[in-house]
Amino acid sequence: MKTPNQKAWWLVVPVVLLVAFNALIPLMTVINYSVQETFGENVFFFEGVKWFQAVLHSERFHNSLQRQLLFTGIILAIEVPLGVAIALAMPRRGPWVSVCLVLVAMPLLIPWNVVGAMWNLLALPDIGLLGRTLNAVGIDYNYTRQPFAAWATLIAMDVWHWTSLVVLLAYAGLSAIPDAYYQAAKIDGASSGAVFRYIQLPKMKRVLTIAVLLRFMDSFMIYTEPIVLTGGGPGNATTLLSIDLVKVALGQFDLGPAAAMSLIYFLIVLLLSWIFYTVMTKDEAE
Amino acid sequence: MARIRLSNLRHTYQDRPHNDADWALKRLDLEWEAGSANALLGPSGCGKTTLLNIISGLLRPTEGTVRFGERDVTPLPPDERNIAQVFQFPVVYDTMTVYDNLAFPLRNRGIPQATVDARVRQVAAMLDLELTLNQRAAGLTADGKQKISLGRGLVREDVAAILFDEPLTVIDPHLKWRLRSKLKELHQRLHTTMIYVTHDQTEALTFADQVVVMNEGTVVQAGTPVELFERPRHTFVGYFIGSPGMNVLPATFESGAPRLFGRAVETAAPPKTTPPGTTLEIGVRPEFVRFSAAGIPVRIAKISDTGRHRIVETQHENVTIRLLVREGEQLPGERAFVSFDPAHTQLYADGWIVEGTRP
Repeated sequence: MKTPNQKAWWLVVPVVLLVAFNALIPLMTVINYSVQETFGENVFFFEGVKWFQAVLHSERFHNSLQRQLLFTGIILAIEVPLGVAIALAMPRRGPWVSVCLVLVAMPLLIPWNVVGAMWNLLALPDIGLLGRTLNAVGIDYNYTRQPFAAWATLIAMDVWHWTSLVVLLAYAGLSAIPDAYYQAAKIDGASSGAVFRYIQLPKMKRVLTIAVLLRFMDSFMIYTEPIVLTGGGPGNATTLLSIDLVKVALGQFDLGPAAAMSLIYFLIVLLLSWIFYTVMTKDEAE
Repeated sequence: MARIRLSNLRHTYQDRPHNDADWALKRLDLEWEAGSANALLGPSGCGKTTLLNIISGLLRPTEGTVRFGERDVTPLPPDERNIAQVFQFPVVYDTMTVYDNLAFPLRNRGIPQATVDARVRQVAAMLDLELTLNQRAAGLTADGKQKISLGRGLVREDVAAILFDEPLTVIDPHLKWRLRSKLKELHQRLHTTMIYVTHDQTEALTFADQVVVMNEGTVVQAGTPVELFERPRHTFVGYFIGSPGMNVLPATFESGAPRLFGRAVETAAPPKTTPPGTTLEIGVRPEFVRFSAAGIPVRIAKISDTGRHRIVETQHENVTIRLLVREGEQLPGERAFVSFDPAHTQLYADGWIVEGTRP
C-alpha cells in the first residue's frame, strides 16, 4: 500500500492563518480579558465569570441595551415600510430610472462620520438650517439639551442615511417580477392592494429579509454617526450600546468588564439575527 | 360570450413610427364569431401576442377599435372587458393555496362563497387538480402551475372570451396532448369564444375551427384548417402550415398559361392575362405531387422516412420538389417524372395567390 502523502495540509495553512488573525486570535484575546483582572504591567488575576455577572446585573448596561433596542426598533419600523413605499413609487422603466437610482443611492456614498457632522451642523439650534428653522416657526428645539430632540434628530439622520438601502433592495426585488404577473392580476380583477399583498410583497420577501437583517445588525452596532452628532448625550440619553462599550473600555480603561460586555453584546446580535432569520424564512422551510 | 370585431386596427410600440416596419401590427380587420374556437398562428415576433393583448385590454391600440358584440371596448381596461387570459409562462400567487388561486378571480368580483366553491371544485376536477387543492401553489411543478393558470382562466363562467397565449409551451409533451384535447372538449361544452395563440401548427389546427395566420404584423390568411391546407392565399401560409411545407417553384407566364421550367402547368384557377407582379411562383403541396409516366423530369436526391409515409426530395435543374409517397409504395428509379394535381396547384404573384377563373 502507498503511504498517503500529507503535503496537502500545507495548502490549508494560508486560510488557517487568515482566519486566526482576523477572528480567532482577537476573539480569544477578548475572552482572555473577560475572565481576568489586570492592574497593568501585564499582571493578570483570574476572576472567572465575575465580570459577566457584573455586566448582566448592571443597571447601566440594562439602560444602554434598552435604548439600543428602542433605537433599532424605531428605525426598522420606519425604514422598512418607507423604503418599500419609495421603491413602489419609483418608475419601473424609462429614462428616469437611472436618475432616481442615483439620487436614492447618494446618502449611502457619504462616509459615516461626515453624515454625523452634516446633521450636527444642520441641526444646531443657533446656526443650523434645520435647527434655526424649527425655532423660527416656534418649536423649541435644541438637541444638545433636550433628550427627545436628540432622539428625533438621531432617528431622522439614520432614516435619511439608510432608508436608501431598503429602497434599492426592494426595488431590485420589484424589478425581478415578470410583467405577466401584473397582467394576470389585471385580468383577474385584482385591486392594487391585492397586487401588493399577493404579488409584490411575496416576491420581495427574500430581499426584504436581507434588508431587515442588514438594517438590524448595522443599527444595533451603530457608533460613528451618533458619537459625532450627540456624543451619547444629552446626559446619557443617546448612549447606545456601542457608545457605552467604548466609554467603559477606552474611557475608564476597565478592560475586563468591557471584554465581558463585548461578548454579551456579540451574543445578543447573533441571537437576534438568528431569530429574525428563522422567523422570516419560516414559510419557505415548510 | 360575444362576437369580437377589430376594425381598422393598427399598433406600434414607438412614439413616432417612421416606416411600415415600425408598426408591430399593420392595418387589419378581423372578426370572431361568438362561441367559436379560434387560433392565431404565426412565427415568433409576428404580432400575435400584441393582437391578443389588444383584445384583452392590456394594450390600447394606437389606431382602430375593438368591439365585443355592439359595445366599443377600446378604452376599457381588462377587468371591465370581462375577459380571461392565460399566459405563456405560469403565473401563480405563491402565498396562496391552489384553491385560493383558483378562487381569486371570482373573489375579486365579489361572487358569493357558495358559487366560488362550486366553480373552483368544478374547474379543479376538469384539470385534475383536486388532490392538490389545499397545497401551497408555490410548491407545484411547472406543469401544475400552468394548470392553475389555465384554471384561473376557466373559472369564471360569464366571460366574453378566453384568450390563450401559447399556454402549453412549458408543459410536458404527453400532458400537452391531454390538455389540448381537454381545452377542445371544454369549448364544445361551454361554447365560450376562445382565441388561442400559438406558433405550433398542430396545436392551432387541432384546436380551432377558424385559424388566422399572421406574419410580420399582417393577417396573411384567415380560414378553416382545410382552407389553409388546400388553398393557401400566400406562399407563407403554404410554407408555414404543413409538414413538409408547400413546394414553391419559380414560374413564368407565357401565351396565356403559367409555365414551369418552360412547360405549361394546369392550375386550379388560371388567369386569362399575365398577372401583375414581378415574381411568379407555382405552389403545390407535397401531398399533391406524384410520380407519373410523363411530366417534369427529376432525379431523386433524398428520401426521409416519417413512419406513415416517406418524404422524397427530387431535383429538376437544382430546384427541389418534395413529394409524399405512402409507405410500401414502389419508388421509381433514379430518373423519374413528377406531375401535380391541377385542383391543388396554385399560381402566386409576389407571394399572393392569383385568383383567376375556376374551370
